[in-house]
Amino acid sequence: MQAERRRLLYAGSAAVVLACVGRMTALAQPKPRIVAIAARKFTYEPDEIILKLNEPVIFRLTTADVVMGFSIPDFATRATIIPGQVTEVAITPTKVGEFTFLCDVFCGSGHENMDGMLRVVA
Amino acid sequence: MENRPFSRREFIKLAGLGGVVVVSGCASTKGSSMADSEPDFYFVQLSDCHWGFEDPVVNPDAGGTLKKAVAAVNGMARPPDFIMFTGDLTHTTDDPKERRRRLTEFREIAGGLKVKDVRYMPGEHDASLDNGKAFKEFFGATHYTFDHKGVHFIVIDNVSDPTAAIGDEQLQWLREDLEKQPRDARIVVFTHRPLFDLYPQWDWATRDGAQAIALLQTHDNVTVFYGHIHQENHFMTGRIAHHSAKGLMFALPVAGSQPRRLPVKWDASAPYKGLGYREVEAERTPVSYAITEWPVA
Repeated sequence: MQAERRRLLYAGSAAVVLACVGRMTALAQPKPRIVAIAARKFTYEPDEIILKLNEPVIFRLTTADVVMGFSIPDFATRATIIPGQVTEVAITPTKVGEFTFLCDVFCGSGHENMDGMLRVVA
Repeated sequence: MENRPFSRREFIKLAGLGGVVVVSGCASTKGSSMADSEPDFYFVQLSDCHWGFEDPVVNPDAGGTLKKAVAAVNGMARPPDFIMFTGDLTHTTDDPKERRRRLTEFREIAGGLKVKDVRYMPGEHDASLDNGKAFKEFFGATHYTFDHKGVHFIVIDNVSDPTAAIGDEQLQWLREDLEKQPRDARIVVFTHRPLFDLYPQWDWATRDGAQAIALLQTHDNVTVFYGHIHQENHFMTGRIAHHSAKGLMFALPVAGSQPRRLPVKWDASAPYKGLGYREVEAERTPVSYAITEWPVA
């Protein structure tokens, strides 16, 4: 009986500690920045985006006309953007520099010039 | 699996190990550079003709370059066994009628080739906006196999899906075809896009190309010839060699050498620089492919 009470006490304490750690972690995580990007033949608006190193960001993607792609090869991330839908892509840039994003769904005669630049600064 | 570029020295070194020899296209007679060693046969690869492209800053002879290449191939001392066009026969257009007009003109010009065994495959400019519909009307299937003098050729379509994927269905077809081939079969693959991640930042990749490479890797003698990047590039994925061809309308810069993938401007002091076609001599013993690059003019 004594042993059972001790086990329950330990378990309860552990749960409290874990809950506190979880809450602290949640508080420590900065809220993701939201960046809306509108795609249309054959541009992204905006096509230059400045991000901070280690700052979580959510790209909120829409397309005005046809199915488009949104690919950031340097962060191994991509998504397909469907007309009439909002597509979200989350990244946390972990390196400083300039990184291309591009349409990787062949969308028409200007497809090959449809790209943009992420600038990640410290 | 090790992935790495070729060094030029390696071409020679690999010749005795089932690799490739690159022969200069300047000094010897066209179509006879390896005549002394009696090769099994040779074929010609033409790529990225982009018929319908217009920009005099990039190519002031846009209407004449393909015709020059056809004339040059017709002038080869010994005709090739067959000719392979590895995609982007036409430059893309959003207008389906215009796409068919360009395909019609392209077919008429290619019809001037004396060698009548001519094979075609689409590039994304031909096929990605209509899933290959117009291409099939003119040239038939977008993926297929054929055999020639002991070599098994596999044409893989990685462009009719606008997401640059081969797709599960075609990968299953490839798996079943390879299962019928002995492990040491001589296999040549034609694709338009690179099967490996050459430079995804410029869309020089195939989304599920790694799956195709994994299937091909089960065989000992596989070589891939492709187009798309409008320049020579030689790369190994494991024991598979991948060789890209020059284009016949404009050259593109080396991957990552400049911010954007813009065509190289015409050099009036060196017309047609960066454009060309190649002959590929298939040798049986050792299994190897001697590549000779030829300028358009």
